Amino acid sequence: MKKSLNHQIVVPRRTERRFYGQGIPRIHLDDLAGKLIVIEGADGSGRSTQIARLVEWLECSGHATVQVGLKRSTLVSEELELAQQGNILSHTTLSLFYATDFADQLENAIIPALKAGFIVLADRYIYTLMARDLVRGLEQPWLKNLYGIALEPDGVFYLNVPPAELVQRSLAKYAALDYWESGMDLGLSRDMFDSFLEFQRLMQDAFKRLQTVYGFEILDGDRPPDEVFEELKRRIAGLLAGD
Amino acid sequence: MKTFAQLVFPGRLIAVEGLDGSGKSTQINLLKRWLEMQGLKVYFSEWNSSETVKAATSKGKKRELLTPTTFSLIHATDFADRYERHLLPLLRAGYLVLCDRYIFTAFARDVVRGCPPEWVRGIYNFAALPDLTFFFKSDLTVSLQRILDGRPKLKFFEAGMDLRLSPDPYESFRIFQGRLLEQYLAMSTEFNFIVIDANEQVETQQSLVRQLVANHLKLAKFKSHKPLSLPALPRPVRRRIASPSLDQEPVE
Repeated sequence: MKKSLNHQIVVPRRTERRFYGQGIPRIHLDDLAGKLIVIEGADGSGRSTQIARLVEWLECSGHATVQVGLKRSTLVSEELELAQQGNILSHTTLSLFYATDFADQLENAIIPALKAGFIVLADRYIYTLMARDLVRGLEQPWLKNLYGIALEPDGVFYLNVPPAELVQRSLAKYAALDYWESGMDLGLSRDMFDSFLEFQRLMQDAFKRLQTVYGFEILDGDRPPDEVFEELKRRIAGLLAGD
Repeated sequence: MKTFAQLVFPGRLIAVEGLDGSGKSTQINLLKRWLEMQGLKVYFSEWNSSETVKAATSKGKKRELLTPTTFSLIHATDFADRYERHLLPLLRAGYLVLCDRYIFTAFARDVVRGCPPEWVRGIYNFAALPDLTFFFKSDLTVSLQRILDGRPKLKFFEAGMDLRLSPDPYESFRIFQGRLLEQYLAMSTEFNFIVIDANEQVETQQSLVRQLVANHLKLAKFKSHKPLSLPALPRPVRRRIASPSLDQEPVE
C-alpha cells in the first residue's frame, strides 16, 4: 500500500501563562490555550516576509493562525495615523496613544484568538513601542508599569539588521526613507540620511537594553531570507513541542 | 509627587473634582469669571477635551468598544496631550490654570472599573499635583437628582453600564456614583483636597472658594501685562536652508 500522508499534527504543549505586570482585569490566564509568537525588528528587517512564510508553514502543519501588528486597532488606528501626519503629539501623548492601540488589540484580537487556541503571530509587540519611547526620552520604569498589561509571549524573535543595511533595503524598496523610521521628530540631524542611521543605532541600543530585561532572542537578520526562515521554523517547532 | 509651586513653576494650577452633578463646573466657571475680571492670566481646561484624541474617545464610547483598560488609556492620552501641549507651557508662562477634573477623576473611575490602582497612578505620574484641589462633596441623592432632573437620558459609560452593575441605567448610575464617592473620600486626605459642602447655596460655595484662592495664592503675581494688545510681530524672516538656493542673498 502507498504510504499515506502524515496526518499527525503537533498539539502545542500548554505552558504557564503570565502577564508582565498587573495585567488586565477579569482575564483568566488558564483559558488562553493558543500560542503568542512575536517577530520584532526595524522596518526592512524582513518581518513581514518572514511572517507570511510562517503563516503558510503553520497552516500547512495544521495550526490556525491570526496576525496582529501595531496601529491596527479598531479603536484608535485612524486617529493615531491622523495625529501623526500632523506631527503634533508630544512624546508622552504619542506613547499613550500607541499603548491604547496595543491594549485594544490585546483585548479584542490577541486574547480571544488565544482563547480559541490559535497561534497568534504579532508583527512587533510592546518592545518596539518601548524602544521608541526610550529613545524619545521616556523613563523605563514608567514604561514597565504601562506595559504591565501585556501578556508574556511564548516566543519573541528580534531580527537584527545593521542600520547601514536597513538604509539599503529601505531605499531599494521605496526609494525613500520614512520620516518616523528616521526619527526626524527627534531633531538628531536635519539630514534625513544621517538621522536615519543615528535613530536606528539608538533603537538597536534600546533593544539591547530591553533584551536584558525581557530576554527575547536576537536573530541575525542580515542573511538570505531562506536561512532566517529555517532558523525561525526550527525554533518555533521546538517551542510548540514544548522543548 | 509634587505641586507646581514645589516644582518652582511661575504658574499655579487649581483643580475641581466631584461627582457628576456636584456643581463643580458651575463653581469653577464662576471662579474663572472672577479671576478674569481682575485682569489675571487664566486658562481653563476640561477633562476629555483634547482635539486630537476626542474623536477616538467618542467613537469608542458610542460604539461601546472600550474596556476598563482602553477606557483608562484613552483618557490618559487625552490628558497627556492637554498637559504637554497646553498646561505645561502655560504654567511656565505664569498662568493660573483651572482644570475641571484632573488626574483624581482617573484614579477614581479607573479603579472602580477594576484597573489596578498602582497601574493607574503609575501612568499619570508624569503629571504634577495641583496647587489647590477643591472637592465638591454632595449627598449622593442630591447630585443624582441634579443629573436625573436635567438630563434624563444617561449615556452608557457615564452610567457605568459597562460594569454590569444593574440592567437598569438609573440603578447602575446610582451604584457607580456611590463607588466613585468612596474612592474620592479615600483620596481626600492623601491629596489635600479642600472639601466644599456642595449642598450649600451656589453663592455661599463661591464666596468660600474665592476667599480660599485669595488666601492661598498671591493673585497680583498673575496680572497680565498691559496693554493687553499684542505687540506687532517682526517681519517674517526667510529661514536659512542648509543647501544653497537660487534666491539666497550673497554671503559677505
